[in-house]
Amino acid sequence: MAPLLQLSGVSKRYGGVQANSGIDLSVDAGTIHAILGENGAGKSTLMKLIYGVERPDEGQVFWQGGAVALSSPSDARRLGIGMVFQHFSLFETLSVVQNMALIVPGSKTELAMRIRDLGAAFGLSVDPQAMVHSLSVGERQRVEIIRCLLLNPKLLILDEPTSVLPPQSVALLFDTLRALRAKGMAILFISHKLEEIRELCDCATILRQGKVTARLDPRQGTAHDLATLMIGRPMPPPVHPTPHGLGEERLALSNLTFANEDPFGVSLKDVSLSVRGGEILGIAGISGNGQQELAALISGEIALKSGASAVTLIGQPVGNLGAAARRKRGLAFVPEDRLGRGAVPDMSLADNALLTAHSRGLVQNGFINRKAERAFTADCIARFDVRTAGPQAEAGSLSGGNLQKFIMGREMMLEPSVLLVAQPTWGVDIGAASEIRQRLVAMRNAGAAIVVISEEIDELFEICDRLQVLHKGHLSPSQDVAATSVEQIGTYMIGAAA
Amino acid sequence: MKITFERRTALSRPVLFAAPVIALGLAMLTSLILFAALGKPAGQALYSLLLEPFVGWYNISEVLLKMGPLMLIAQGLAIGFRANVFNIGAEGQLIIGALFASALPIYFPEGSSPLMLPAMIALGALGGAAWAGIAAGLRVRFNANEILVTLMLTLIATQVLNYLLLGPWKDPNGFNFPQSVIFPDAALLPILLSGTRVNISVLAALLLSALAYVMMRHRFSGYQLLVGGLAPRAARYAGFTEARAVWVSLLLGGLMAGLAGACEVAGPLGQLQRSVSTGYGYSAIIVAYLGGLNPLGIVVSAFLMAALFIGGDNAMVSADLPVAAVFVFQGLLLVFYLASLTFIRHRVIFNTAARA
Repeated sequence: MAPLLQLSGVSKRYGGVQANSGIDLSVDAGTIHAILGENGAGKSTLMKLIYGVERPDEGQVFWQGGAVALSSPSDARRLGIGMVFQHFSLFETLSVVQNMALIVPGSKTELAMRIRDLGAAFGLSVDPQAMVHSLSVGERQRVEIIRCLLLNPKLLILDEPTSVLPPQSVALLFDTLRALRAKGMAILFISHKLEEIRELCDCATILRQGKVTARLDPRQGTAHDLATLMIGRPMPPPVHPTPHGLGEERLALSNLTFANEDPFGVSLKDVSLSVRGGEILGIAGISGNGQQELAALISGEIALKSGASAVTLIGQPVGNLGAAARRKRGLAFVPEDRLGRGAVPDMSLADNALLTAHSRGLVQNGFINRKAERAFTADCIARFDVRTAGPQAEAGSLSGGNLQKFIMGREMMLEPSVLLVAQPTWGVDIGAASEIRQRLVAMRNAGAAIVVISEEIDELFEICDRLQVLHKGHLSPSQDVAATSVEQIGTYMIGAAA
Repeated sequence: MKITFERRTALSRPVLFAAPVIALGLAMLTSLILFAALGKPAGQALYSLLLEPFVGWYNISEVLLKMGPLMLIAQGLAIGFRANVFNIGAEGQLIIGALFASALPIYFPEGSSPLMLPAMIALGALGGAAWAGIAAGLRVRFNANEILVTLMLTLIATQVLNYLLLGPWKDPNGFNFPQSVIFPDAALLPILLSGTRVNISVLAALLLSALAYVMMRHRFSGYQLLVGGLAPRAARYAGFTEARAVWVSLLLGGLMAGLAGACEVAGPLGQLQRSVSTGYGYSAIIVAYLGGLNPLGIVVSAFLMAALFIGGDNAMVSADLPVAAVFVFQGLLLVFYLASLTFIRHRVIFNTAARA
């Protein structure tokens, strides 16, 4: 029998970048097929070609043995291809069933019934009448999946479905996917999380630099083998921090309460934390639970109007000070959004170094010292292995991972006594991510106090000494990493802890 | 169908210089059609508008005379525009600058102190800055939009000028004309080129252009303004305060416009008249953008715009064009410039496929 979906020699080029080159892929009904690759390996482009968002320059797509030319997602849906994107496309002000009715024919009562039936059959329980904005991330993902299932697809594409989920929801999602497989559906599962793929998938296609580098059964071989195939060189060993002498308290929040004026923002309630020199405190939790607000309150981008002592930096109250004043006192910060916040896209790397490193001799008597600026930038590029044409390259021209290395390098070269890092490895490939984690641990060993806000639980367990979880603006008590478990942190992440 | 603009990554310098040239070409073409539709001799009109300003020493000197204030104001405005602070009321700041400067010779019409002129210049700059400072204060304190506030302040400035010229500052021996006394020699700028009206203010404008260049290119304060304009969140992240950017932008813009106002009354006018407000403040906005908000580019675009002013005057006489025709030409120039810049910086993509 012909495979459900087959690609033969598919290529796609964007300007000077060969995103996909001669890709062969074959997906059978009743299997879960992993597409594995680093960021920029061409996974998203490949999915766009399959889902009809883009057309291939060369090559042919076969559906159930017959050649097809998909020119839009609606073509793909008609064939029976459904896709759940990493970023959800739901209307928050509508109810679940109203969202469905926008693309699925049928009356609302009928739809609501089918939603309940599907939920019962595949463990996707969701209230059809609930408003989308009141749903958790896991529930929203279920809504997206149900919306695809209502169209009776034969192939379901999931783009990084677990990146937004707490561990408990991941387990539920996997149960659902297995049930769908048992019904004969084919699933394309895009991820860079190796353990998940080993747990769930029947076969894996590994992409590197737009080409297929391997096809294998992920259940054979270890995660380490997969990683080596994926990044094309042996994985650097993980860097679990060893216990280390602690310094004095560097950063503390005491009962910080912040009422957000933005109706869609999150307010923080009674948040307390304390970090000493020589340790890494991890803030776990799913984004959107106050992470951005917490980071801005520590960095000084949001200054408190009253109650300066709610934030202390090296023993001094700084709650009412702005970002510049806090930086002067030894704080450095790597924000989660690089373009437009951590760096100015239209400026050169050299000018972006100036953004926060101006106090390091790059400005003299109000004049920019171009030589010092270039030297600092070149040093940062060399020490942090930033792949770029040079200090004059525009920040916007760098890939996400390289720009992150540059910003991380710039902030680390300031030798801060407190370093705040938000989502250190978002969109960064495995090789660069592991390098960034090693640097953070090295900095901690050199005596810096570090706060890492991250969604990636594995990452936090790898590098942190202590963890606290941010959920709906509340910060859980501190847990020693050695004495807690992923499950316990997960319980806090969904607000289920007593 | 969906049309999107995608930013081109690498742009060569010559391509960026193409924008003003294309804009000039298109503006000429469009106005030819317009003039012809008005039943005016289009060829004669364009000759007067574009070439005559460069024929003969007198015309060239008049171009230089008008170039000074345009350059001064545009340099100040460009600094703010690059920081995303839009001062649209340079005209009002120019008027207030002229008023402040005129106060001295009006109250001391027989004055002969060598300090009179420097004091007038300083007062003019101060007045312009103070007028713009009102907008800065309202923006920082109440988040009042500076575009609206500066524009409204211009209307107020015009009425203040009218009141003074029709009332307390009217020349008692002036046959009831709305103008002040003629200023004494000590209140007048020295002439640069003898036999013409060109005074040393054009040199001052060039000097300040050089300073603007140094500030935006080499000073950390200029860099902070640029960051605030290009990426406001990056400025907040680095701790460059927005309030400071607003104050610096508006005060500098007002100061330069006030200076231009002082140089007008102490230069070609030699007294305070209603005609001190001839639209330099508005034209300078076009000058600033045509010059790419770049201090060196502004020197060139100020020269071009000044030539257009002179050419416009000529065309009104020789081709019987209405005054509005000149403003239309200026407007066309700005619109075509912004349009060609958009097409040069971006690639247009027509998308027939519906996106998911």
